[in-house]
Amino acid sequence: MNKIAGALLAAAGAVALAGIALHRHEPINALWIVTAAVCIYALGYRFYAAWVAARVLAVDPSRATPAERHDNGRDFVPTHRWIAFGHHFAAIAGPGPLVGPTLAAQFGYLPGTLWILVGAVVGGCVQDMTILLFSTRRDGRSLGQMARDELGPFGGFAALIGTLLIMILLIAVLGLVVVNAMKHSPWSTATIFATVPVAILVGLHLRRFRPGRILEASALGVALVLLAVLGGGWVDTHPLLRGLFDWSSLPLAGFVIGYGWIAAILPVWLLLAPRDYLSTFLKLGTVALLAVAIVLLHPQIKMPALTSFVDGHGPLFGGKIFPFVFITIACGAVSGFHALVASGTTPKLIASEADVRLIGYGSMMLESFVAIMAMIAATLLDPGVFFAINTGAGVVGSTPAAAVHTISGWGFPVTVQQMQTLAQRMGEATLFARTGGAPSLAVGMASIFGSTFGRGLLSLWYHFAIMFEAVFILSTLDAGTRVGRFMLQDLLGHFYAPLGRTSWYPSVLLSSTLVVAGWGYFLYVGVIDPNGGVNILWPLFGIANQMLAAIALSVASGILVKSGRARHAWVTLGPLAWLAIVTTVAAWQKIVSPDPHIGLIAAARALAASLAAGTLPPPAAAVAPQLIFNQRLDAWLTGLFMAVLWLVILDMARVCVRKLRGLPVTASSEAPYQAARLQPLTLSGQLSREGSP
Amino acid sequence: MSAAALRQALGRGLAAALAWLRAVSGDDAYERYLTHHARAHRGAPLSRRAFYQEREERKWSGVSRCC
Repeated sequence: MNKIAGALLAAAGAVALAGIALHRHEPINALWIVTAAVCIYALGYRFYAAWVAARVLAVDPSRATPAERHDNGRDFVPTHRWIAFGHHFAAIAGPGPLVGPTLAAQFGYLPGTLWILVGAVVGGCVQDMTILLFSTRRDGRSLGQMARDELGPFGGFAALIGTLLIMILLIAVLGLVVVNAMKHSPWSTATIFATVPVAILVGLHLRRFRPGRILEASALGVALVLLAVLGGGWVDTHPLLRGLFDWSSLPLAGFVIGYGWIAAILPVWLLLAPRDYLSTFLKLGTVALLAVAIVLLHPQIKMPALTSFVDGHGPLFGGKIFPFVFITIACGAVSGFHALVASGTTPKLIASEADVRLIGYGSMMLESFVAIMAMIAATLLDPGVFFAINTGAGVVGSTPAAAVHTISGWGFPVTVQQMQTLAQRMGEATLFARTGGAPSLAVGMASIFGSTFGRGLLSLWYHFAIMFEAVFILSTLDAGTRVGRFMLQDLLGHFYAPLGRTSWYPSVLLSSTLVVAGWGYFLYVGVIDPNGGVNILWPLFGIANQMLAAIALSVASGILVKSGRARHAWVTLGPLAWLAIVTTVAAWQKIVSPDPHIGLIAAARALAASLAAGTLPPPAAAVAPQLIFNQRLDAWLTGLFMAVLWLVILDMARVCVRKLRGLPVTASSEAPYQAARLQPLTLSGQLSREGSP
Repeated sequence: MSAAALRQALGRGLAAALAWLRAVSGDDAYERYLTHHARAHRGAPLSRRAFYQEREERKWSGVSRCC
């Protein structure tokens, strides 16, 4: 029976892939992509994941999990796999898989789509499941602790530094995405600003009035942010209020930085926790709604399968399809960040080791599907419109006429009239040069939702999508700043012990300020960059995220070899090798490429030369020294990532070689076997019996 | 299937979806804690307010959200 189902799935997947391949020179329907994706996930889950879980990881349902052994009713709680799946998916799903595919769509829909599917099934999902199981076997220890225990102190230190840096870059680039969405858009700005008092109200409700009534408070909050979307539209029509919320990007960046600092020093219950509840509900709801709408509407994909930008001169970011498509799409294919969530919180919920396939592998499949939907939303736009929204004024020219001329010259016809009509229907003054991915995704989502659920509401759908992305992003910004603060305090505590105390207020102030200053700097430079800033920051973030994935895969490979499973270690060594290659090639090109469109040093030199020659217009000349400094700094940072990456890989190789030669290695940190006694949980049982008061 | 049976099945599905949302959001975490406490501990359990305060502090002192 299973074999027949598997064969049918394989056949359907093959037909869908053939459909995609044979329609190369005419528009294809998004349903082909959805079908191919679902079949590939199903095959990966049914066969590869099952084989890896059983043969490579030797998942053992008879072994007691930490949730059973340390059950305390608080953080260690045996949880049914479908509930733990919900927790884990909500934790790993962030704005990353919405932005990456949108940017990678400049190469056409095919490269990004294939990498999202293949990267997830053989890379990202395997990484998440493996780290989840290894952390479960080690009482829910974090990735950094596992790196220290299994590889040595260096591995642990590298994981800590890597995480801190990636956090700073992530927040900066996400902040930039929000700023670009709010730039001169009173509607978006008013709506996004209004989410702050809404979150505070939800926080007060949960703390003061009705402690712990999360569902009720979140429902109230979601209703209020939906009202805020409507209210933003009213603000937009009001002559006086409109002016109050009409800002250029520099002051908006100031607001975001100030907001991040205040959110970091306020107690979590007031802003961070309630914002996260809101974002979780919006996330689950919108993802489900988008999936339904895409299937109902089954739109045509208008972007070609491949564009001429595969040769490296793409306007959103520079660099050839290899290696840059693999750097641009990290979240959705392989995300190192997930290893941090898969070690720590989720392992303490696992009721049986047999559940790691659904929770680890399955959640990442769903995350990957979110990336596929983002790719569909980006590529159903007319390519000319897509490039007009996503390309900075520094590339296409600062007037609408110049921009449409340049973009039409690339073979993607677009007119000023078309852009104006679109902007008007979306309720915006202009959609030109709104880089960062959020506005173009919002236009795509608005077209999907608008066509499926009511055409007259396009501007509402657009601003709903912007609000949805912003709530997501600001919640990552709050949580990330806080985690960065803890890591920094941990580091600083080595130099002066009181600084390591997480509740000592001077230390809280100092470390929060340092973390916010770190991402605030990159955000500021991104905002003053006439090319939009995302073109530099996103690849840097991608390199950092893939470096973290490589650290996680090194830890996993080291554990496999140490526990005598070297024969099967290719399961993690394969994705590790691929990530090491693409990350190293990308980093190498970012540092040494003589093409200023790609190489950071070359770009700094070219800018310095034009500055010296006096050929820059005055506004560009004013910011040029800061951009030159920043490009050099980014080059050094990229070099640092590479050094950390290769030192961790060599450290792992050292441990493996010692083990294979029969030399002593550090002992495994796995908790000793204990037989499971927990009765298998049933979903209905856990939902009704234990859940009711 | 008769209309009544269909309605019943639909109602059960909706109730399960709501219960799932409660569990995933942590809305029912305190009830679960009380069940656990009654089974495994003696003495007074934490109050609802104290339980959620502790839960939030713990949740937000590590990496619990991703990119």
